[in-house]
Amino acid sequence: MSKRIDVKDLNVYYSKFLAVEDVNINIEAKSVTAFIGPSGCGKSTFLRTLNRMHEVIPGARVEGEVLLDGDNLYGPGVDPVTVRSQIGMVFQRPNPFPTMSIRDNVLAGVKLNNQKISKGEADALVERSLQGANLWNEVKDRLGKPGSGLSGGQQQRLCIARAIAVEPQVILMDEPCSALDPISTLAIEDLINDLKDQYTVVIVTHNMQQAARVSDRTAFFNIAGTGKPGKLIEVGDTHTMFSNPAQKATEDYVSGRFG
Amino acid sequence: MTTTSLTSSRGAGRTGDKVFSAATLAAGCLILAVLFGVALFLVVQAIPALTASPDKIQGGEGFFAYIWPIVVGTLIAAAIALVIATPVAIGVALFISHFAPRRLASGLGYLIDLLAAIPSVVYGAWGAAFLAKEISPAYNWLAGNMGWLPIFHGPASATGKTILTAGIVLSVMVLPIITSLSREIFLQTPKLHEEAALALGATRWEMNRMAVLPFARPGIVSAVMLGLGRALGETMAVALVLSSGALTASLIQSGNQTIAAEIALNFPEASGLQVSTLIAAGLVLFLITLGVNMIARWIITKHKEFSGAN
Repeated sequence: MSKRIDVKDLNVYYSKFLAVEDVNINIEAKSVTAFIGPSGCGKSTFLRTLNRMHEVIPGARVEGEVLLDGDNLYGPGVDPVTVRSQIGMVFQRPNPFPTMSIRDNVLAGVKLNNQKISKGEADALVERSLQGANLWNEVKDRLGKPGSGLSGGQQQRLCIARAIAVEPQVILMDEPCSALDPISTLAIEDLINDLKDQYTVVIVTHNMQQAARVSDRTAFFNIAGTGKPGKLIEVGDTHTMFSNPAQKATEDYVSGRFG
Repeated sequence: MTTTSLTSSRGAGRTGDKVFSAATLAAGCLILAVLFGVALFLVVQAIPALTASPDKIQGGEGFFAYIWPIVVGTLIAAAIALVIATPVAIGVALFISHFAPRRLASGLGYLIDLLAAIPSVVYGAWGAAFLAKEISPAYNWLAGNMGWLPIFHGPASATGKTILTAGIVLSVMVLPIITSLSREIFLQTPKLHEEAALALGATRWEMNRMAVLPFARPGIVSAVMLGLGRALGETMAVALVLSSGALTASLIQSGNQTIAAEIALNFPEASGLQVSTLIAAGLVLFLITLGVNMIARWIITKHKEFSGAN
């Protein structure tokens, strides 16, 4: 239930502006890959191209290929809706649906496309997903209450539960802890560690310690200056990237000399 | 009193605050005073009609017998208007806010707003002179094919000047109100929630159903209630379009009357107790509108917990 992603010669444009240039990267199945780099270097933009969420922004487009176990996400006839149901996403700020209960939030993706699900199955799925997101014990007595009543960290785990309820192949996380306190952050990091047994996880983070703690592989993005496109500088084993990177820029960044 | 660095009084800034707060307070009080004044006027002027002996009231059977058919007529006309206008308005608003290409959207929004700028007497003239004539074949068809329904009982009015025509004209009049308010609210849906839905594999329509419509629900209710307020109170269009008469169940025969049109048509020649009767009718309309607004508030607060405001 997890697939690998291979990106070939990917350029991302906002209208005429080239935002990310020539990315080639292989993301292994059942592993955690972290994207690090200074602000504005295109990490989040690139992450969004992995499930075609960048298309929400008018004018955004890509050239190149993103292969999910060999199938091109940008091939002719590929529906972005199908892509997103296989490649889930967790956002920077927790965004449970405020008009839905905790239970309905978890089931939101499952009920799409008019899929019918019996109450028993739904109950089991809600429990399994919330267990998977380490949230079950905290919310099992108030599944009917609104999701917006939870704390920020709980809301973010609810969003993860919502994402894994549809059983995606890959989970993308766009700075999932940047709005959270250290304890909630720790809970999410533990969760990411558990998730990689089943899912391919890609995480964008500004926090280098976090990248070092949670990821198996790390990719470093950089930008030459404002108005220049972001580039993938180097990707490798996380341990190597932090101790002995091949590129000077990577070493400067991870050692805190800039960024 | 000792002067410390914290007690220095910067007079000018404080004065500004005081003037501003006094001005806003005065504005608030003024609204209340006007509202109270109108209510008081209605009640005082209506008392003679409410206490008069039944045979003196128009129709000769007392105020209640006089008022209830036109209350029902008012509600029917407003209901027809909302039943037609609400789905259209929400559809148009969603199209403008989430489906249409940007250039088309702004043009269309502008056109809808223009509908609100047309004076109601023009709508009335259009309804009476054009729509009524054009729509009467449809009424004949309804009478012939769906006449078993009491609301389409024949024979259909030959002029087309029926409560259904009035309701259709009203629906066009309330359409811009509901559309532009709904559009504003749809546009305020947080991007975060729309993206959450899309990232779960929602289509655009599912995204709207999952994130936009639930978020906008209280706003839609308010918009519909504002539209209802206009439909209930609209005078000129109904007075011109409707060939009024006694209360009838059929919507395609002439007959029925609304409170506002009744007052407008009879007030110029009224005197004595009849003035008082008409003002009492106005009081009833006021109470209906008040009731409608309170129900709307109640619907909105009932879902407060899930509104996202917490």
